Amino acid sequence: MSRVLRAPVAIVAPAMLAGVVALLPLIYLMDASLSQGFGAAVREIIDARTTILLIRTILLTLIVTTLCVMVGTINAWLVVRSSLPFRPVLLILLAMPLAIPSYLSAFAWVSWIPTMKGFFGASIVLTLASYPYVMLPVAAMLRSADPMLEDIARSLGVGAYSAILQVTLKQVAPAIWAGSLLVALYVVSDFGAVATMRLETFTWVIYGAYRAGFNPTRAATLALMLVALALLLILLEKRLRTRVSQRIGSGTARSTVRRAPLTVVAPASIIAITSLGFGIGVPLISSIRWARNGTATTDWSEVFGTIISSFWIGLLTGTATVLLALPVGILLARFKGPLANITEGSVFVTHSLPGVVVALSVVYLGINLVRPLYQQLPLLIFGQVIIFLPLVVGAVRTSIEQSRIALEDVSRSLGVSRMATIFRVTIPLAVPGIAAGGALAVLGAMKELPTTLILRPTSVETLATSIWKHSVVSDFGAVGPYAVALMFLAALPTALLSHVAVAKSVK
Amino acid sequence: MKLCNRSNLRVTSFALLLAMFSACSGTTTETAGSTTAVQTNGETITIYSGRNETLMSALFTQFSNETGVKLEVRYGDSGELAALLLTEGDKSPADIFFAQDAGALGAVESAGLLSPLPSDVTDAVDAKFRSKNGKWVATSGRARVLIYNPDLVASPPTSLDDLLDPKFEKKIGYAPSNASWQSFVTALRLTRGEAGARAWLTGLAANKPIAYEKNGAVRDAVNSGEISLGLINHYYLYELISKIGADKVVAKNHFFKDQDAGSLVNIAGVGVLASSKKTEAALSMVRYLLSVAGQSYFAGKTFEYPMTPGVIQFVSLPSLMELNSPPIDLADLKTIEETQELLERVGLLTK
Repeated sequence: MSRVLRAPVAIVAPAMLAGVVALLPLIYLMDASLSQGFGAAVREIIDARTTILLIRTILLTLIVTTLCVMVGTINAWLVVRSSLPFRPVLLILLAMPLAIPSYLSAFAWVSWIPTMKGFFGASIVLTLASYPYVMLPVAAMLRSADPMLEDIARSLGVGAYSAILQVTLKQVAPAIWAGSLLVALYVVSDFGAVATMRLETFTWVIYGAYRAGFNPTRAATLALMLVALALLLILLEKRLRTRVSQRIGSGTARSTVRRAPLTVVAPASIIAITSLGFGIGVPLISSIRWARNGTATTDWSEVFGTIISSFWIGLLTGTATVLLALPVGILLARFKGPLANITEGSVFVTHSLPGVVVALSVVYLGINLVRPLYQQLPLLIFGQVIIFLPLVVGAVRTSIEQSRIALEDVSRSLGVSRMATIFRVTIPLAVPGIAAGGALAVLGAMKELPTTLILRPTSVETLATSIWKHSVVSDFGAVGPYAVALMFLAALPTALLSHVAVAKSVK
Repeated sequence: MKLCNRSNLRVTSFALLLAMFSACSGTTTETAGSTTAVQTNGETITIYSGRNETLMSALFTQFSNETGVKLEVRYGDSGELAALLLTEGDKSPADIFFAQDAGALGAVESAGLLSPLPSDVTDAVDAKFRSKNGKWVATSGRARVLIYNPDLVASPPTSLDDLLDPKFEKKIGYAPSNASWQSFVTALRLTRGEAGARAWLTGLAANKPIAYEKNGAVRDAVNSGEISLGLINHYYLYELISKIGADKVVAKNHFFKDQDAGSLVNIAGVGVLASSKKTEAALSMVRYLLSVAGQSYFAGKTFEYPMTPGVIQFVSLPSLMELNSPPIDLADLKTIEETQELLERVGLLTK
């Protein structure tokens, strides 16, 4: 697919707009970081404590990403390549940790095993929360990869394990790298898990600098270091990501389902059962227990009201993010080149920023530039779009890359214009990926707490803000109904996401 | 009402409190009305409230009903709202900042975002519990206490240093992530200096204190006899008494009263934003919080210390002056970040 095409302006212009939107937080960060002079920012960077933070954050990112690659790939393999029963259901269940906010699952763990606080606890919770980012793309790619290569390896006398490691793993490597990048950026930006586990990482200290230190300069400087770290991760992923290997045979590939030997399926199943039990069992059981033991009487009309507002805010964010992500996805998939690379970098680089930083950036820009919209719904949606744009761009790009470019060529040869081809061929073919990306944004918006708290219109409550509100006062009973409601509401886009993303693989 | 029947708190004081509550609220409206009725009636002011909605919304409704001033309340974490105010600068839509602790008010004040309060407001509150520059005042007080289980410890330790006695190993509870614990440690740094605070914390860490998620959990553990002592705020005990009845509550509060950090009285307080264009209406809110009606609300609903004289509090509490809180500027409690660094170094943060 190395055809060099000049991208139509109708794609380039909105894609560049998306890139600019994603970079907007940097304006605020630069201003805040340098507000006390260049020296103050530099002192912050070379501070010995910052180095320790950096090492700790990188170590956590490395460990969680490695664990996610292992757990996510094994689960994907089990769902696509084994002959286990109920695999479509299993896939959806395995993706469910996405529906659970990290602050909830971390709290569930801590109230169960208080001693797991710290590095260990944070690694476990973050792994359980983010392995689906690896599992879903790997499962999709496993499906489209030709199982023949593995068969050939086996026929040449390679063992079951070795065939998987040497052949299949290489086939899905691009998906593993793409998923790893998302996991790594997520780990770097997450606050809920590290706060509950009380592990001092960059995000913890950034929040502390705002909330306890009242020191925006320090917070912004550290946030800029996160951006630099993200840039490094993006470049690393770009280097490591290899080309998608093509099918070797002609005709239709045979079904990927095979009778894998028990020696492989059994340990893999243990991993899957563990991820299910720990990833969704623990938080769900805790929330139900809070709900039942709660002495507070639940105001069900409030629960219902917050479900509705979470739903709408999620849907609006999802729609807006998809609209902005679409041109970027098309640009990245079909018009590769320096322009695409720059746009990709701009979109992904701010994904490492914790929610509070993005929210305060939007506050800064909103109050100075669009005052009438300040603390209104559009600005909340805007903030969330910045946060979730990379997730949707990734999904759209992958989906378009995987659809056959030959169909677009046919359309063009029949005299259909470039833009019309994009609308009539490219986009319809990529609908599953677009839907999956949209679902990711909906899901994220439903769970997102700091952005919602800071940017919401006064007196609007969502499930996430209600959980926060009730958890601040001592009674956890009141949190239960909202936590359970959030998990079930977020389960809908998660189910949709896992279904469409890997639909073919489990049919 | 179960609280009064069962508790050892005197029924009469509570009844008196309620009586004054209703009697005086009328007067407040009159005073506010006579001076500012024309400008403030029907006006809407915006409050950034670091105090929780479940505790405060009834008070806010009461204020609106009595004064006709409508309120837009934006709830959040005190520190986060302070960060928000610092980012918004002089364009903030907020008229009032109502914070859970002095540190957050101090931070907003030092950024020059608060306007000076008139003397009738500042004079109502003891100098110890208001800004030196008259830009914020406390609305209620929260005293640090040592909660103890008399079945396990006949007489409670009389100073913070007694807690370092090895006999209390694994017997002391605390809530490391709680803001009030971190304020207490900040006060320790301010009273004893960095080295002194570090020495005490190292001693405490050696006694392997038990960490809990929340102050309420520390209290429950002391009450059930799981541990003997807990470092929390005074009102958690009264919350429990009002919830389950005094006959089921074993635990007692011990007040150190020694000007050390253990006697810290932190505050919730309020300031008016310099950028506010509705200063009169905002001030009517501040005055209401300090009125007998407002103060009685804190005393009766949150069991905190009222800040103005003439409001009856629970008789089982020592008076605010008796508490002998340390002679520090409460605004200095904003150095919580340094406290967290110290806690991390002595190994008390990640527990």
